[in-house]
Amino acid sequence: MTETRAVETTRETGFDFFGFIARFAPTLFLIALMILFAAVQPRFLSEINLFNVMRQVSITGLLAVGMTFVILTAGIDLSVGSLLAFAGLVAAAVAKGGMENRFTIGEGGVGYGWFAAALAAIAVGLAGGYIQGLAITRLKVPPFVVTLGGMSAFRGAALLFAAGGPISGFQPSFTWWGQGKLGPVPIPVIIFLAAAALAHITLRYTRYGRQVYAVGGNPEAARLSGLNVNRVIASVYVIMGFFAGLGAFVLAARLNSAEAVAGTGYELTVIASVVIGGTSLFGGSGTIFGTVIGTILIGVLLNGLVLMNVSSYIQQIVIGIIIVLAVAFDTFAKSRRRKA
Amino acid sequence: MANAPAALSSAPAESNGPVLKMTGVSKRFPGVRALEDVHLEVGQAEIHALLGENGAGKSTLLKVLSGAHSADAGAIELYGEPVAFATPHDAQRAGVVTIYQEFTLAPDMTIAENVFIGREPGSRLFISWRRLADDTRAIADKIGLKRDPMTLVRDLSVAEQQLVEIARALSMRSRLIVMDEPTSALSEAEVANLVRIIRTLKAEGLSIIFVTHRLEEVFRICDRYTVLRDGHYVGSGRVADVTVEAIIRMMVGRDVGALYGERPIPAHGPVALEVEGLTRRRDARDPHAIELVDVSLRAHKGEILGLAGLVGAGRTETARAIFGADRFDHGVIRVDGDPVTFNSPQDAMRRGIGLVPEDRKKQALFLRLAIRTNITIAAHDQISRGWFIDEGRENALVDEFRRLLSIRMASADQQAGLLSGGNQQKVVLARWLALKPKILIVDEPTRGIDIGSKVEVHNLLIEMAKQGIAVIVISSELPEILAVSDRIVTMREGRVTGEISRNDATQEILMSMMTFHEGAADGRPAAARGAE
Repeated sequence: MTETRAVETTRETGFDFFGFIARFAPTLFLIALMILFAAVQPRFLSEINLFNVMRQVSITGLLAVGMTFVILTAGIDLSVGSLLAFAGLVAAAVAKGGMENRFTIGEGGVGYGWFAAALAAIAVGLAGGYIQGLAITRLKVPPFVVTLGGMSAFRGAALLFAAGGPISGFQPSFTWWGQGKLGPVPIPVIIFLAAAALAHITLRYTRYGRQVYAVGGNPEAARLSGLNVNRVIASVYVIMGFFAGLGAFVLAARLNSAEAVAGTGYELTVIASVVIGGTSLFGGSGTIFGTVIGTILIGVLLNGLVLMNVSSYIQQIVIGIIIVLAVAFDTFAKSRRRKA
Repeated sequence: MANAPAALSSAPAESNGPVLKMTGVSKRFPGVRALEDVHLEVGQAEIHALLGENGAGKSTLLKVLSGAHSADAGAIELYGEPVAFATPHDAQRAGVVTIYQEFTLAPDMTIAENVFIGREPGSRLFISWRRLADDTRAIADKIGLKRDPMTLVRDLSVAEQQLVEIARALSMRSRLIVMDEPTSALSEAEVANLVRIIRTLKAEGLSIIFVTHRLEEVFRICDRYTVLRDGHYVGSGRVADVTVEAIIRMMVGRDVGALYGERPIPAHGPVALEVEGLTRRRDARDPHAIELVDVSLRAHKGEILGLAGLVGAGRTETARAIFGADRFDHGVIRVDGDPVTFNSPQDAMRRGIGLVPEDRKKQALFLRLAIRTNITIAAHDQISRGWFIDEGRENALVDEFRRLLSIRMASADQQAGLLSGGNQQKVVLARWLALKPKILIVDEPTRGIDIGSKVEVHNLLIEMAKQGIAVIVISSELPEILAVSDRIVTMREGRVTGEISRNDATQEILMSMMTFHEGAADGRPAAARGAE
């Protein structure tokens, strides 16, 4: 159409060292950490211990998969722990066969089976996410505020529902979902990794996934490109709700109990997992792979510190510092790369 | 005030040598040689144009000067003293202040706070608000900023915000002010005001480095120039001794010649878009929104309709209302004769309307996402199978438009933010062309992009019209309007003020139509609102 100018500075020549570091920083850090722990405490690398770590992180990992969608749109969901507690109680009540029977000790009560319980938990999660998504998009209240409200409201609902006590003692077909194994692999780990794989495929290969990145990257540009921005934003909270419900079911199954204080503080661990995994709080950039690594990293760190007999108070300090360092390092590597 | 003292002769006594002398400056980034042995010399009370296409190294050079980057080699002398600025703060203390295109003001603080930020007068603990206001007023008066110093920056126009930046520079007693494309977001009237201010500063002995893509401004205000190309120094000299053509040749390394060939005005095709009585009243919740009063216009298939007006004339608002991006109170929009109601851009797109928005980076691009995503984001229907994106189809689409628009990129997976302005604009155009629109509105098609790309984009627009698209071009640059439009509609303060054929239009005529009602002032036949 027109004559072509030959000269154009491209920035893609040579090996992009900082780009590589920025991309794999969490992975490299995880590997380094595992080498360190293995050197200090050989027990760390045992099969039992590694599966143990994975099982411990599988619930927060499930939530982190959902949270990745939310944070990709530059949102946040602080309500996950509370919603999980509420959904878990509802699932437990269903498993026990209704409200009247919910305090029956042991395997009493005419239950509706694990499947109905799981559906109930997920339905509560979806509904909770949908309400919050609507509040964010229709009432134009920032996600931080809406989900801060949700955090309080769902916790209150859980306390009200439980009326003071845990609901426990489920049938083996229920608890299998939290305690069972397929070969050597705990079921919650399988659920977590399967959910992560599904989420990865969604974000990477579907139109919806592209839209999530676009809305997070630049909502105004997304709107002017014909995307239904409100629908995409509302949808990520529904997805988050789904994972909160699923997580609630698996947690209740693992503990053989549901209680109103379940999941307290989960929001911080979950957000930390996503952020350590390299997803930008400003939206538009991040991967499920990173979130999985971030989730495992926190688990490994905690486990390693326990094996090294570090007190749990110090563990919390270490985790806090690691979160900040991980993000600082990520930002540093990315800024070096941008200047290049 | 307007006739500034002639060049260097009347400069204050202290100056003999240059204010700034940069010699042999080189800067490498991994994989790129950004600057190679570049020179820049700026004299006392001199307005110095730093010219070059995007990617020529102007920004890198300015960043080295302002302390944001450190040079790998080379020397900087200020008043004959060698200096090395490690941070922008060092540079500011030495009297070198840079005003970037994106302002660095705090929108929710007052003018006075912004001007003296970090240097507020008063005691150690408390700010003296009265002195702060008085000092600010003194500086503001000098540059014609007629606003209460306690006004929030948020409530100022872009041009006024720029004046606040200049006031801040003056408050630091700077001796050399670097302005990076200060005029790109200003209307013609605001540019004239800025020019007057720059001349005042010059008369006071300040030196100014002026970066611009508008060459006519160089000839209007600058004393000397330096041209860079591909990170190299190409030449410098007195503006009075050079022609536009010579400067363009230095910038692009070849003759651009006549930028656009003679082009007959195409015969009118059928009306593709008709807007009648579009009105948007003032909105108490959004006091900055520009009102539209009874805007009517038509765009024909196969023609380029230019929409000219000063910033704030309502051109962008008209475009956004047509596209369903903003609401309006009443008026009728017809596409191919059918009245339509669009509640969202999505609706408008279904009827074949596209909009390339005014602000490429804020409204169009996903800077951190891949070029591929940027091109295909609106065309998912074409490249998907069910829920999934078919990568084969996507690659084919991306390749097609990469070739058609000669988008220069290393790979489609590169971040869009890494492309030059011209290539970014082509990516946005590709996004819309992929949808095969019937009507395409392009708001400021070439803002902030270099001359070579500019010509390419203009030719693209002309080509689109040839293929039967009704193209509407909104531009604040009259030469651009004149270069591409077949027919021109002018607007002022939310109203259509006239319509004229390209053959009858000149910059002077358009300017009068844009600034006077109904073009009555010079007797031009500007009527023709909707009348064909």
